[in-house]
Amino acid sequence: MKIIYTDALIVGGGLAGLRSAIAARDKGLDTIVISMVPVKRSHSAAAQGGMQASLGNSVKGEGDNEDVHFADTVKGSDWGCDQDVARMFVTTAPKAIRELAAWGVPWNRIGKGPREVIINGEKETIVEKDEAHGLINARDFGGTKKWRTCYTSDATGHTMLYAVANEALKRDIEIHDRKEAISIIHENGICSGVVARDLITGELIAYVARGTMIATGGYGRIYKQSTNAIICKGIGIAIALETGIVSLGNMEAVQFHPTPIVPSGILLTEGCRGDGGVLRDKDGYRFMPDYEPEKKELASRDVVSRRMIEHIRKGKGVKSPYGDHLWLDISILGREHIEKNLHDIQDISKTFNGIDPADEGEKGWMPVLPMQHYSMGGIRVKPTGESTGMKGLFCAGEAACWDLHGFNRLGGNSVSEAVVAGMIVGEYFANYCVETHLQTNTFTIQRFLESQKAYLQEILSYDGGRNIFDIKDRMRTIMQEKVGVFRNGKDLTDAVNELEDLLKMVKEITVTDKALCNNPELNEVYRVTKMLKLALCVAKGALERTESRGAHFREDFTKRDDENWLKRTIATWTNPNDTMPTLSYEEIDINKMEMPPAFRGYGKKGAIILNPLSEKREEEIAKIKESLGEVDRFTVQEAIMPFDLQKEYKRKNERVGVGYD
Amino acid sequence: MINKSTQKLDNIEGYREIDITVFRYSSQVKDSKPEFQTYRLVETPGMTLYIALIKIWSTMDHHLSFDFVCRAGICGSCSMVVNGKPRLACKTRTNEFEDGKITLLPLPTFKHIKDLSVDTGNWMNAMSKQMESWIHTKEVTDISAIEKPIEPDVAQAVFDLDRCIECGICLASCSTKIMREDFVGAVGINRTARFAIDPHDERTDEEFYELIGDDEGVFGCMSLMGCEDHCPKDLPLQSKIAYMRRKMVKV
Repeated sequence: MKIIYTDALIVGGGLAGLRSAIAARDKGLDTIVISMVPVKRSHSAAAQGGMQASLGNSVKGEGDNEDVHFADTVKGSDWGCDQDVARMFVTTAPKAIRELAAWGVPWNRIGKGPREVIINGEKETIVEKDEAHGLINARDFGGTKKWRTCYTSDATGHTMLYAVANEALKRDIEIHDRKEAISIIHENGICSGVVARDLITGELIAYVARGTMIATGGYGRIYKQSTNAIICKGIGIAIALETGIVSLGNMEAVQFHPTPIVPSGILLTEGCRGDGGVLRDKDGYRFMPDYEPEKKELASRDVVSRRMIEHIRKGKGVKSPYGDHLWLDISILGREHIEKNLHDIQDISKTFNGIDPADEGEKGWMPVLPMQHYSMGGIRVKPTGESTGMKGLFCAGEAACWDLHGFNRLGGNSVSEAVVAGMIVGEYFANYCVETHLQTNTFTIQRFLESQKAYLQEILSYDGGRNIFDIKDRMRTIMQEKVGVFRNGKDLTDAVNELEDLLKMVKEITVTDKALCNNPELNEVYRVTKMLKLALCVAKGALERTESRGAHFREDFTKRDDENWLKRTIATWTNPNDTMPTLSYEEIDINKMEMPPAFRGYGKKGAIILNPLSEKREEEIAKIKESLGEVDRFTVQEAIMPFDLQKEYKRKNERVGVGYD
Repeated sequence: MINKSTQKLDNIEGYREIDITVFRYSSQVKDSKPEFQTYRLVETPGMTLYIALIKIWSTMDHHLSFDFVCRAGICGSCSMVVNGKPRLACKTRTNEFEDGKITLLPLPTFKHIKDLSVDTGNWMNAMSKQMESWIHTKEVTDISAIEKPIEPDVAQAVFDLDRCIECGICLASCSTKIMREDFVGAVGINRTARFAIDPHDERTDEEFYELIGDDEGVFGCMSLMGCEDHCPKDLPLQSKIAYMRRKMVKV
């Protein structure tokens, strides 16, 4: 029996995991990060366009602050998010980016004086202030009021991940790669580590720790077409679900990005549109202003994706062997801008499609179509990042539902969330590890190890002749066709039934190679089983939610229904032999909101069933404001919705021209 | 041995068949012997080695091992030797090879795991530690205060070197590496150049000399430039090695 003991165990080596590891190590804790792949290969590296933080350095970001970022994030979430968490996030984001700058992330910097930009398809000249010279620049992104997305060309996630990973190496944090957590060790509602599998030797290892953090990212690969890396299978989320007591939140909240390239599904950053790129149809016509006169191509992702499909359904798509698509035109930005700020996009388009997007006119247009991109749902945790169902189990980043994004995440808020959660949740997690002592014993640990060993043996003994790859393909096709951008009751019912059949069918497969190590087919069997459980949570959650909110759109219930559905879907897997998740709901309290539900300012008008409490709360807030008289914005905020955050992170952020106001 | 693809296409007319020959060996299996195996499959439009290998793995041979993560040329996982040249498999289109014959070998100089899978992660982590790949400064940053201004051109120059994805291709193309096992390679030297030009980093040339001022470092390079020829990110490795060498000579 192999047991590795540590103080703080982190599963997943992307931005959230590594930043949390640093928080733990800095408290003197022995810290281990386990990861399926070398940590610098994590999917955080694929974030292209940037990180939102309200620095307000650029002239196009003037007037930006935490309040504006907060409002954008809440509207983006279609009021599904936890507003306390959104406040914690926007207050810490400027600090996160400044910490990263000090760690060497080569953020694009502002040059004073005039520069030419493309806004709404037209050339414009903006003039940057002298005092902003050399400070961190920002570009425009969807659903934001200000230019707030800071970037390093279109390789932002890469430079961030490398800086954070190198800081982890500097602190001698132990990194064990090619290890996959396949089960959570727990007893009496307390987590004490994971059973992990060495992906080279096949050996099962118990990692035992005072506290455990899951930071394994999203579950995009349950869809056939996804921008996600092939490791984004949601295994970390699934093993939490399999404990029976940890719950998942809003699994049906799945984001579809408007502009992955066809057919490979590789992402073309929102920065393409943020920098002035436009969408065109088969006639070369720029159609978005017709649908969204105000935000045009830069409405939130859920809205743009739906508008694109709507336009294709009108027969305006471009025919191709891979189905209909639309065009993304960035040629209007000019070759120089593209080669400097959209370098990887150009490389991707040239390599995979033979198109140089800097070529003028039609020749440079890239074929795009909305595809799965981000998982808003995940392990349901408190604002501290600790699971609502199990002590000592924390979760941060895309794997978590703490819940910053509600039903739609804004572009630029993902890598930002990853590092910010790594700081905030990392700190709560580290404190827990300092204060807590192991409460397990080798008997329990052995029981969990042996149960996993028996499970793997059981898989090898299946002898029904079916093929796991067929089951996986079918699952991904069902999710694509029936649980996609547009959803309806009939398709969702079919999806739930078929997915349940597939889950049962796993026991009817045969694994051709019976080896316990170095057997990619065996890995596939337990992974697909876990993915099917997540797929069921997504499909069932979507079926039951009879409204449209953010990225979840029901053709048979087209309105956002705040009267009945201002709540979070909670999924558990109560019995290991169940073939369906158990759903329950968690109310979101309007009376505590800083910003009660209203129209987002983009998307279809008149598609909301408002809750009367919204108006009541608005009045209440107006009264609070009135009673306060002339006070600063921080006092107002604190009076309306006080929130907890570590002192260091709650400090005011300095900005050019306004100081700490 | 040739495995016939079982894939079905709606219309395979006009599509050619290609042969992909793969090195097979597992260090974990006692009686495993290194051998080549050839797979014949139909080449679909736009096929990359990622698409081809996934096809082989899911329909013809579930035991085949290889490493892909992002499949978009961003993460550096899938380096392998393609018809004699080290490349990122995900960015390699099969239609580049006119005769339709492609031979794949695992990336040399790294610890072999199985088939096309090698351990680049631990080597790169060790290199990053050896090069002390982080900002060295005595300054304490107040993260609430306005950040230190950096000249835009300087930030851009640091970014250009920070684009390295640690794929290992520079080492696999390096003749020095074959002779000197401890050579840090272009990846290591480029890393020091990246920090040397970063205004946040206070290290002196003397301190960098301690890291790379010997034959395992910048003086080991024989200037054959296989690294720059094959770098999938087109990094200016030749000029950066020269830049660091000029600096180190002066120490």
